[in-house]
Amino acid sequence: MAARHKSVETKYMEDRDAVLRGLRGLDRRTFLKVLAATTGAVMAKSLMPPHSFQLVEVANAAPDKTASAAGMAGKPPFTFAYVSDTHLYQRTLNQRFVRAAVKAVDDVNALDPQPDFVLFGGDLAQLGRREELDLGMQILAELKAPVKMMVGEHDWFYDLGDAWQEMFGPPNYSFDWKGVHVVVLMSVHEKDFWTARKMTPAQRMRTVAGLDNGIQSRFEVGDDERKWLSADLAKVPHTTPLLVFSHSPLYKYYRNWNFWTDDAEQVQAILKPYQHVTVIHGHTHQMLYNQIGNISFYGLLSTAWPWPYAPTGLPPLTIQMNRADPFDQFDGLGDGRIDVRADGLADKIYSLWDRNPVTVKADYLVSHGKIARPPAPQFPSY
Amino acid sequence: MTRRSIALVTAAGCAAIFAALVHAPRLRAQPAPPLPVHQVPDSKNGGTVVMLCDGKTSVEVKDLKPGQSMTHAQAVAVTRELMAQWQREHPNEKWEMAQTGQPSQPLPAPSAASGADAAAKATGAKPLSKGTQQGDTYASFTDRDYKVWKDQTDNFVAEGNQLFHDGAALGGTIGVSCDMCHPDASNTHPETYPKYQVQLQRVALLRDMIDWCIENPVKGKALAPNDTRLRALEAYILAQRKGVPLDYGKH
Ligand code: HEC
Repeated sequence: MAARHKSVETKYMEDRDAVLRGLRGLDRRTFLKVLAATTGAVMAKSLMPPHSFQLVEVANAAPDKTASAAGMAGKPPFTFAYVSDTHLYQRTLNQRFVRAAVKAVDDVNALDPQPDFVLFGGDLAQLGRREELDLGMQILAELKAPVKMMVGEHDWFYDLGDAWQEMFGPPNYSFDWKGVHVVVLMSVHEKDFWTARKMTPAQRMRTVAGLDNGIQSRFEVGDDERKWLSADLAKVPHTTPLLVFSHSPLYKYYRNWNFWTDDAEQVQAILKPYQHVTVIHGHTHQMLYNQIGNISFYGLLSTAWPWPYAPTGLPPLTIQMNRADPFDQFDGLGDGRIDVRADGLADKIYSLWDRNPVTVKADYLVSHGKIARPPAPQFPSY
Repeated sequence: MTRRSIALVTAAGCAAIFAALVHAPRLRAQPAPPLPVHQVPDSKNGGTVVMLCDGKTSVEVKDLKPGQSMTHAQAVAVTRELMAQWQREHPNEKWEMAQTGQPSQPLPAPSAASGADAAAKATGAKPLSKGTQQGDTYASFTDRDYKVWKDQTDNFVAEGNQLFHDGAALGGTIGVSCDMCHPDASNTHPETYPKYQVQLQRVALLRDMIDWCIENPVKGKALAPNDTRLRALEAYILAQRKGVPLDYGKH
């Protein structure tokens, strides 16, 4: 790895921490004396999240009775981790996002026991350049557990997937893991908006990279891939739990920002016959979850930057995360872990940096919010 | 490619797209043009000339030497005199004076041949329809005036929009622009300023937070308060929150 230098933010936070540590060492009288001079810093302390991670108990590892009552075999539970949306530029241009990606890799490597595999949720690169993907591959190569790659629009629209596919293979594939059928989709196809506008590859990429320009098309899985999905599932019994990975959410959240998959309903229809379906997606850079019929949706954190909640369309089951602190590079970001239970449902843990982790239990979603409600935010968006 | 040429390529790509989007000229680092100043007439008697906000009406306070201040009574008299003079020149305008508790003089009812209507004819403004109040205190503006103002304002906002999407134009060096984290300027909350920002250890204005975000995460150089780019960014951010009630101090 490259020499890790400290960002301005890190130095700033360290300075602030030093002040606070100093304050804690003072007796009350001296404390009151310096208080006036450092009111801002003291107030900062009360707003500061705890810096250390708290260990989370592994949820529900034993096969449960409802599962066997429902005729399911009670498959062995397993755990996988994720890193997503690293948005790397070339190393010489931008160190900020490199630092964050490396931090996520360190986090996942510190998990004990190690996860069965690590899902990379897409948007490894920022502008789809080979150099960016190379850098990403080098960083992910440090992971101890095997990595499953998913593609995002930032990886794709410079050369329409040439470099990515050369490095990582086909963007949609499936495999079976401990009794669960896992499908990885390429959900960010777009109808051609660039040819008529005579865009260069770099302009096409830039346009897709922006959320609020209104020029690009909406994401879609597309006819071909939906056919592929149906064929892939044809041999999978409806009692087999499904885990589906897609970069964009496979439902319609907010069209203007492409928090959206245009043929979401058609994909959902293909997944409908299955008893337990969990869709895990990247792209939205926020704590986000949803339940539509038999399908639980769960959005991953980014390591690069947090996104505000969209002005409309937020799924009612989502409990917002606290607004991010603009003074802390890592706030609102992180990585996470997913514990697949014996019955094939999945509990998900948002490992937020500089904050306590938040667990979203499968029970919360499948009960449509009746039980196991995750904690409410102190500072929701407005 | 060198780091510099990449920054240029990305900046150029971005500019091309947004030129197509908003047709706004690229803003350079320049201070905003100076505001007009009051042209106060010279004093005739060695006193002090005080001018009204209209930039035209003025009175001279004879005994007031430079550096001296007026008594409250003198000051009230001067403001009365200024307003009286203004009222003589604008016989059909109504100005509410909150002052000594005496009811204000009833104004003469506007006649059909009032000065304002004559002025409206001269400038091409729509004559007032029956039962409407005089629309503007100082003059009658035409639809074209309003259109020109609106266009200018919209252009300024469009310039801000362009800068919001172009980190390099703000001196940024790492390819990061505001829109990446604030699509449609979401979560910038201009309506909550001024407010105390703990990390800045002061009551901040919107421009202080813009400057903070320019320095980090965009990694550009903070802009001076009078920099056209800072003003344009403010304009764009505020324009996105049209209709949201002001709520200063909110966190
Ligand atoms: C890497 C992500 C990122 C970038 C790039 C970024 N910001 Fe921010 N900014 C944030 C976050 C996160 C917040 C906190 C948002 C909140 O309170 O919900 C924030 C807060 C703000 C606020 C204060 C919002 C409030 O509630 O008081 C303003 C104003 C702002 N940013 C303007 C800008 C401008 C202008 C730019 C470009 C020069 C910019 N930001 C670039 C992440 C970013």
